[in-house]
Parts: sequence; structure tokens; C-alpha cells
Amino acid sequence: MNNRLLSSTSLWVIVAFIIVAGLPSVIASQMVLDLIIHIAIFGLFAISVNLLIGYTGLISFGHAMFYASGAYAFGLLMQTGMWSIPAAMAMAVLSSALLALIVGLICTKTKEIYFTFLTLAIQMMFYSTILSWQTLTGGDQGLTGGFKKPIFLGIDLANTHHVYYFIAGVVIVSLGLLWHITKSPFGYALRMVRDNAARVEFLGMNVRGYRVAAFVIAAAFASVAGVLMSLYVSAAYPNFGYWTMSGEAIFMIMLGGVNTFLGPLVGATMLTLLNHYVTAHTKYYGLVLGTIILLYVLLLRKGLLDIVVERFIAFRLGRTKPAQLVKFDNPVESRLP
Amino acid sequence: MMTQGLNAFVIGMLLFLVASGLTLIFGVLKVVNFTHGSLYMMGAYLAYYIYGITDSYVLAVIIASAGIAVFGVFLERIFFRRLYQSNFLMQLLMCYGWILVLDDLVQLMFGAEFQSMGMPSFFATAPLMIAGAPIPLFYIFLIGISFLVALAVWMLIVKTSFGSKVRAAATNTSMTGALGINTSLLYAGVFALGAGLAGLAGALAAPVRSLVPGMGFSILIESFIVTVIGGMGSIGGALVAAILIGVCRSFGSVGFPMFTEIGVFALMAVVLVLRPDGLFGKGAQR
Repeated sequence: MNNRLLSSTSLWVIVAFIIVAGLPSVIASQMVLDLIIHIAIFGLFAISVNLLIGYTGLISFGHAMFYASGAYAFGLLMQTGMWSIPAAMAMAVLSSALLALIVGLICTKTKEIYFTFLTLAIQMMFYSTILSWQTLTGGDQGLTGGFKKPIFLGIDLANTHHVYYFIAGVVIVSLGLLWHITKSPFGYALRMVRDNAARVEFLGMNVRGYRVAAFVIAAAFASVAGVLMSLYVSAAYPNFGYWTMSGEAIFMIMLGGVNTFLGPLVGATMLTLLNHYVTAHTKYYGLVLGTIILLYVLLLRKGLLDIVVERFIAFRLGRTKPAQLVKFDNPVESRLP
Repeated sequence: MMTQGLNAFVIGMLLFLVASGLTLIFGVLKVVNFTHGSLYMMGAYLAYYIYGITDSYVLAVIIASAGIAVFGVFLERIFFRRLYQSNFLMQLLMCYGWILVLDDLVQLMFGAEFQSMGMPSFFATAPLMIAGAPIPLFYIFLIGISFLVALAVWMLIVKTSFGSKVRAAATNTSMTGALGINTSLLYAGVFALGAGLAGLAGALAAPVRSLVPGMGFSILIESFIVTVIGGMGSIGGALVAAILIGVCRSFGSVGFPMFTEIGVFALMAVVLVLRPDGLFGKGAQR
């Protein structure tokens, strides 16, 4: 069964590769490629957060911290000029995972709202450290100055086409890994922790262990997204680790759908396009985004891909009423302390 | 030393005013009001605006608190009310939307630059000398009025019938409703009170802080830390924790200027790890 899963995952990864590789020959505009790269990176970030929110039921409001830690670690290593790109990437992801292990061990001592606050507060602590440790991080200017990108395995990241293929490739492989994780027994255990932590405890499984593991895995993939962004812009900025980054990721998840694996990617696409067109016309981006969020909360409350999948299932079953997937709109009593 | 101690009190009392509103709303309505910092910001800007027109600080404080209280009722009736049955993530998202909207609205009306209200003329006197340290008169006024408000809120919750209804609703909402108490009116009242406290804190802070769009978020994080350290829903805990944070900030900014922020967060992390429900939190509730 596991082998079949593995082969179906690789099949999807290959299909995704073909689509993404074909895109530049259809659309030649550099702006479109830029947008695709941004969507891919934010999509990976949002999906990694959804491993916590949608799959494990841990509402983290501090995940941008690991996005930033990946970006800064990678940027700092590259600026020394002594690291090759793959080695620096691996080191950045490893160090972010280690950071996540420490933060995760602290945060999973608490539950629900307390967990959300604690992640948020630790993120803001990280953010203010970036701002105040000017000698290392460049303070509010960010880690600018750029870095050399040595050629490895025939990939020259000074070439814009190579950059596109490399970033899209890393994102697709990461998404394949994440997809595999959510479909594995471990992924089902995470869902069980979300739905009924007490039952997991009674079954003799270690709830906190699963929570910490999910936290570290999600952080590692978030840091991959951060590394890619740092690679793409040849810099790292403090706002990578600001709370609005986490907020936007959560909105991407909600907008695209919390119950579907690719939902956050759809949300990332919607939000990136919105961002692109709104910032071209007005500097009051927050006003527009905030209004859309309020309308979403009052009227819709469901992600786009969730709606599509529900309709599709209902259609397949020949029902008139849309099928219910996982109930996420639980009554407040069951979620609050 | 004296100056630092007084500074600690001023920071702590302002923080308490914001945090008490937050913890009150959480205690009764069980919603985490992430827009609370924005209400504080709006209180500060409203006071700044009224003071600019009327030149009366008293009027500015009164109108700012009342105006934000009314705005709080609007928020509760139109938005929060629909989400009481919904999960926490949806409430979080809605508040995130409001923070973005309010920050940009303030920027639209007052500009993105720092604004300064200036000291009201009555307080613009030479600082008093207490124990050899210069203490501005306004600081003494701030501490005094914050204590009065803290006392008033405490009396309201503990001694009045409104307070006992609030406490009843905080313990068991459906039972309170079954006993014939109008819970939706009660909820609006609590939200108005909480929002009014945030507006009051904003108006009181306006002469000593510079105003900028987004100023609400840092006070929001801090008042969260206060409510979390004190125990969510506990007003007494909020008072203790606010003063604790004030001390941590005031003395930290002298001792370790670079790590002031970190000291505050570290304090919270330690308290949460040792006592996940906060210093005065009720562990029995879960």
C-alpha cells in the first residue's frame, strides 16, 4: 500500500513538473514568471502552515518566524562566500528545524488560545531580535548587499530561467514530500490528534510528541520557502518575520480551503494576484485586503477549493445537498479552554 | 531609581487599562479580541483630534472613551455576534481584517507620519521633585486616574448587579440566559465597557506617546502578554501582571536596552511553561 502511495505521489510530482516546465514556453512575460515564483513560494509556506492548522489543529500565529529564520540563515551563510548553494540550503533548513524543536517544545506545553499567543509572542521576540541585532542582520534595512551564486550541478542561478526552474522544482518536490506525509500513517495520526486528542492518549500514543513533530516538519518546510525567497531576492528583510506574514498565510489557507491539500496554494494564488493588482493602484493595500477578509468572514467562511471539492463529491454521490467534509466550524465550547 | 520605579508604574497602569478591557471581554464573551489594540489607537487619535478642535483635554478624554465604547458596540452587534458559535480561527481572521482596515483608515485621515499631541496646558508645569527625582505632574495624574478606574471596574464587577450578571454569564452563558437575563444586551454592555477602557487608555497615553498608524499592535501584544501572565479573564491577575511588565520594561530599558523586548517575552514564556493557565488563571475551567 505504501509503495502504491509512493508511486502515486511521484506521478503527481512528475505531472506538476511537466506543467510548470511547459509554462514559460506558453507565456514568455518575465512578470508572469515572477508572479508564478511568488505564488509557488507563498503556496509552499501556506501549505506548511496548514500542516499545523488544518491537519493537526494547532493554530500557530507565529509561523513566519521560521520563514524568516530560513531566509536569514541562508542569506548569512551565502554572504560568507564559503558555502555552496545546496549546502547552505540544507544548513538553513536544519538550523530552522532545530530552532523549531526548541520553540515547539515550549509552545506545546500550552493549548488552544495560549498556544496561538505563545507562538505569536515568540515570533515578535524573534522579529525584535532581528531589528536590534544590527551588526548581524542589518536591522530594519534587512540583509541586503546581495551574494554570489556559485554554479552547482550545471545550475546557474544568475540566469533567470534557471532560477525559475530551480525554485519551481524545489517547491514541487517539497509539496510532494508534504503530500506524502499527510497521506502516511503519521499524517492520519495528526488528524486524529486534531479531532480527538484524548482518544489518541488512550490509545497509548504520545499526543505531545505528534504535536512537536508536526511543528518541526511544518517549520522545516516554511524555512525552505524562506530560503527560496532569500535566494530569489538575494536578500532577507525583517518583515519576513513580522506577524502580518503569519496572518496572510492564515488568510491564504482560509481563502483557498483548509480541508484540501492544495487549498492554501489556491489561496496563495488569489492573494498574490490581489496583492499585485491592488498595490499597483493604491498604497492602502490593508484597507482593501481587510475589507475582503471581513466580507469573507461574514458571507463565505469556506475556502474556494473546499467548495469545489464538496460540490464534486455531492455530484458524484448524486445528492442535492453538498457533502460535509471535516467539520471545521466547530462550536466554540469544544475549542476553547 | 525613583524615576524608573514611577516609569514602571505609568507603563504598568496604562497597560492595565488596555488589558483589563481585553480580559473582561475574554472572560465573559470567550472571544479573543485582537482588535483591542486598534481600539486603543483609535482612542488616542480621537483624543488628539478633539483636543485639536476644542483645546480641552478633559473633553478629549471623555469623548474618546465614549466614542470608542460606541464603536465597540457596533463591532459586537454587527461582527462578533455572528461568530460566537464559530471557531477561534474565524474570529482571529475577522480581527486581522479589522486591524488592517483601521490602521489604513487612520493613515488615510491623519497621515503615516508620527503625530504628537503635546502636553495639555494644565500639566505643562515644571516637574515636581519627589525624593530628589523630577516627576512630571502628568505622570501622577495618570497613575491616580488609572487606580481610580481600576477600582471602579473592580467595584462594578464585584458589587453591582450588573457585575454579578457578568460573572454569571462568564461561568455559564446558557444558564444565565435561561434565568431570564438578557445576555445579548449584557454582551454588548461588556464589549462597550472593554472598548471604552481601551479608548480611555489611548486618550490618556496620547500626550506622552507619539501617535502612528499601527501603534495598536505593539500594545495589543503586550496586553495579551499581561492577560496571559495574569490568567485569562482575571482582572486582579491583569493588574499584577501589568505592573510586573512595567517593572520589567522600565528597569530593562536601563539595564539591557537591546533586550528589553526579549525580557518581557521571556517572562511570559517562563510563566506559561510553569503555569499554563497564568498566575491567577482557573485551571478547573478546562
